[in-house]
Amino acid sequence: MNESVLVYRGFLYLKVATLLMLAAIVAYAVDRPLGMPNGGTWLGYGLGSIGAALILWLMWFGMRKRSYGPGKWRLEGWLSAHVYLGLSLIVIATLHSGFQFGWNVHTLAYVLMMLVIASGVFGVFVYLRYPALMTENRRGLTLTDILAQIAELDVECREQVMTLGDEINRTVLEASQNTRVGGGVLRQLSGRAPDCATARALKRVRELGDSIGSEGAEHVRRLIALLTRKDELLGRARRDVQIKAMLDIWLYVHVPLTFALIAALVAHVISVFFYW
Amino acid sequence: MADNVAVAIIGSGPAGLSAAGHAAEAGLSHVLLEKMPHASDTIFKYQKGKYVMATPDILPLRSPFRFQAGAREEVLGAWDEDLAKHKVNVRYKAEVTRVKGKKGAFEISLTDGSKLTAENVILSIGLQGNLRKLDCPGAADAPHVQYQLDDPDEYEGETVVVIGAGDAAIENAVALSKQNTVLIVNRRDEFARAKQGNLDAVTAAIEKGVIQGYFNTAPVKVTPGTITLRTPEGEAEIKCDRIIARLGAIPPRQFVESCGVKFPNDNPASLPEVSRHYESNVEGLYIIGALGGYPLIKQAMNQGYEVIEFIRGNRELKPADEPLLEEKIKILPGVSVDAFLKRVRDNVPLFRELNTLLLRELMLDSEVRTPKPGEAIFTRNDYSNTFYTIVDGQVAIEVNPNDPTEVVLLGKGEFFGEMGLISGRRRTATIKAHSDCVLLETNRRSMIKLINSVEEVRRVMDQTAIARQIQTYLAPRLAKDDLADVLASAQAQHFMEGETLFNEGEIGDSVHLIRRGSVTVSRRIGGRDIVLSYVAAGNYVGEMALLSDAPRSATVRAAINHTETIRIEGQAFKRLMSRSEALRKEVEQKFGDRIQQNERMANAPEVGSIIQFLVDQGASEATDILLIDEALCVRCDNCEKACAESHDGISRLNREAGPTFANVHVPTSCRHCEHPHCMTDCPPDAIHRRPNGEVFIDDSCIGCGNCQRNCPYGVIQLAVRPPGKPSILNWLLFGAGPGPGQDKSAHPHGQKKAVKCDMCSGIEGGPACVRGCPTGAAIRVNPERFLSLATLGQR
Repeated sequence: MNESVLVYRGFLYLKVATLLMLAAIVAYAVDRPLGMPNGGTWLGYGLGSIGAALILWLMWFGMRKRSYGPGKWRLEGWLSAHVYLGLSLIVIATLHSGFQFGWNVHTLAYVLMMLVIASGVFGVFVYLRYPALMTENRRGLTLTDILAQIAELDVECREQVMTLGDEINRTVLEASQNTRVGGGVLRQLSGRAPDCATARALKRVRELGDSIGSEGAEHVRRLIALLTRKDELLGRARRDVQIKAMLDIWLYVHVPLTFALIAALVAHVISVFFYW
Repeated sequence: MADNVAVAIIGSGPAGLSAAGHAAEAGLSHVLLEKMPHASDTIFKYQKGKYVMATPDILPLRSPFRFQAGAREEVLGAWDEDLAKHKVNVRYKAEVTRVKGKKGAFEISLTDGSKLTAENVILSIGLQGNLRKLDCPGAADAPHVQYQLDDPDEYEGETVVVIGAGDAAIENAVALSKQNTVLIVNRRDEFARAKQGNLDAVTAAIEKGVIQGYFNTAPVKVTPGTITLRTPEGEAEIKCDRIIARLGAIPPRQFVESCGVKFPNDNPASLPEVSRHYESNVEGLYIIGALGGYPLIKQAMNQGYEVIEFIRGNRELKPADEPLLEEKIKILPGVSVDAFLKRVRDNVPLFRELNTLLLRELMLDSEVRTPKPGEAIFTRNDYSNTFYTIVDGQVAIEVNPNDPTEVVLLGKGEFFGEMGLISGRRRTATIKAHSDCVLLETNRRSMIKLINSVEEVRRVMDQTAIARQIQTYLAPRLAKDDLADVLASAQAQHFMEGETLFNEGEIGDSVHLIRRGSVTVSRRIGGRDIVLSYVAAGNYVGEMALLSDAPRSATVRAAINHTETIRIEGQAFKRLMSRSEALRKEVEQKFGDRIQQNERMANAPEVGSIIQFLVDQGASEATDILLIDEALCVRCDNCEKACAESHDGISRLNREAGPTFANVHVPTSCRHCEHPHCMTDCPPDAIHRRPNGEVFIDDSCIGCGNCQRNCPYGVIQLAVRPPGKPSILNWLLFGAGPGPGQDKSAHPHGQKKAVKCDMCSGIEGGPACVRGCPTGAAIRVNPERFLSLATLGQR
């Protein structure tokens, strides 16, 4: 029903970025510098200045999205421009380098920039792919709702095991106390819990169930149903955490790399002028 | 013979206190007689801590006694102090049994046998001393029957039968239902007298089963521990711990008549007639306060002052609101208030039946406008909802949006603006002054109050409104005479949410013009109701069956409570079409569009499901609703942050809360309803609507929470404005503002006030939530436009 960042205003910023890149390519093609094309020619300086200005402007987005003042802006427009103009840097910076790479601070700045762009591309990908998956996975509930339902199931499980002997009791108690959703970064991103206490309890209850007499069988059946439902909800909760983590994690790469890029860029600019 | 005084005042309510105070101040010999051991028993019996309103706010107080809105205790405390300060001669526990005699020599007898004489008598006994009692066998001496409720929290786990259909009964029933089993007994089939807020509360409670409602039911017998009710299904004896009968109060007629005062008719609720000087048919006997028809505290206190002035011979005293009205008509040089009121009454038939008091009150809530010829009074698509009456001059309605020269003239005595009042929608036409005009512009709330309280106004308004609506929506170019037979068959109908206007397969004998609310059109396909379209006010439905002489092809249901339609007989509608070529063409055109749309929708049931979902969420009464496309929402909550940053740090929306269907998420945020529920019961009248539709709360909010309770969507919160944020350096270096080791002054303090979305009014660029959304997931839409196949089909 709405326009995504990519199609914002009929691909306005894609068009702007394409024009910018085409202009740079044409200029590079017609330019006949003395010697090899490199950052030290007039075109090189020109492209370098445009690139540096773009980088600073792209960084400004971090401030921009936190300033909520009045005005006819829409943050979506800024993000759309951020994406396309950021991508145009691939062409502009590469042409600025004149395809000269080496083990030096200049190439370091270039590589960092490409990593920032790559992480950004990944960000666009997750922003477009995961929100719908998250809605689908939640089926109308919020994460809080799911966790509340899990807590209710825990209480019901414990009611069922009252009469069923120590080992089942211990297993079920452990399932309600030691089941975890989320955790460290890797655990969150994996969306799985290989040692899940609830899954273990479900397996164990099924094993132990065979040895329980007919008077307890009904409780065991109910317990199995409850634990299965809880396991299912846990799966959805973990999937939710996983998707949220995917939506968030790339920024933890994108932003610090940007600062690293700025440091390298400053070193690059100063050293170029110092050795001029 | 005991004492003789110039004036005896019976009853120490607000009116009596004020009269006695002014008599004391003026040095007039007087006595104030009160049957209870304390003053002002009605207010004394209010629930503890109850907030006492001082409406009408703009009316100046004219009394030696102080009065301003506040807690019951503060009001009573101030009056007790003033009683002492003015050395009022008050006699408590002095119940009057009889007043006889005439001006100059009244004789007053008290229950203790003593007598006193007075030259003048002021009756200010109010009505609350005479609560209407339950009139059935056994009720008089049953210990579990009561007529008042001081503190609903005192009772727990009881079965309580509440009898009555007014606000008091509903308020008691709802409050008691928190910790008791409550039955409410209503003689009629609806709660017609109740305020909208109470009506909604009790309807919801009955629907949810929290309160059991007995309609068309009357109590027939009371025995200890039980009550017998006659219900439409037969008699039933019900065990109960308590019966609370809230049947209202009526004038103590026997006593008043024994004083020689006449009543205009036999209706037990009718009030005695009094002159402009509050004098009854008995010379020298004055009646003020609720018994004289002035139920508001401030009005009653002013009367107390005025009546003493009259008695002292000041017959020329102007009412207290005179300076306010003078201010309002200053725009007309050389016209006095009385002359203007007379002009209004002579020129405007709608207001002819109003008594002077009501007319003055209406004037207080109105503005006098004198637009020059050609000046716009309002513009098509404005959301303003005031009501205009033409006292003098002519206005021109531009009926054709494409041709401003096509106008209909309205002259002296007519009114306009009533369509917005009824539908809650944008203005349907631009109206300009045609000659030099004198207009009265009245605000929505006063007009609704007037419509609800004066039958004649309601009747005239309704008749005119139906004619105008038919003309505006169906046949703008037809003269009124051509509409006569359509009007004769036209009938306003009212529907609650989900009620059907007509069913698929029925014979199509009528067309419905929707004038308020909206409807959904659905058809049964494969055993399931598939919504085909959503039709908003200002459109008609039902013409298809009529044109094709086939049974109804779809079912039409009200999408929202209080949907109103004008039902037009099929034959009359056909004749209308034969007279208006434009209408016939338009109907044919619409017919074609509908067939096309219905077939498309039948093949796209998912779009119909989204319409149904949004209608279920109340989108159909919204004018502007925030929707989030969850396929784009990255859950960054920047919308909430933008909202909080734009509004003193309190977010007025909750992104995550609220239902979702097929990626369409309806967050908890104000929808700016056509008929805002929040506005129905705001004591200080602090909730308003701007011409662009937004509903906002101004600073006069008293934090009572009525709007929060009345909002069915939970979008209003009561919050304390947090202190401003410090600058980042102050925060970083000196620990200002919230955060670890926070300074105490950073905590919010002050009075809680209602906050809700105001659509970022006054902020350039519009709603911050939408501007602040980085992915374009958040949009604000008008449901009427949004709920169409064209928009939803593109998904």
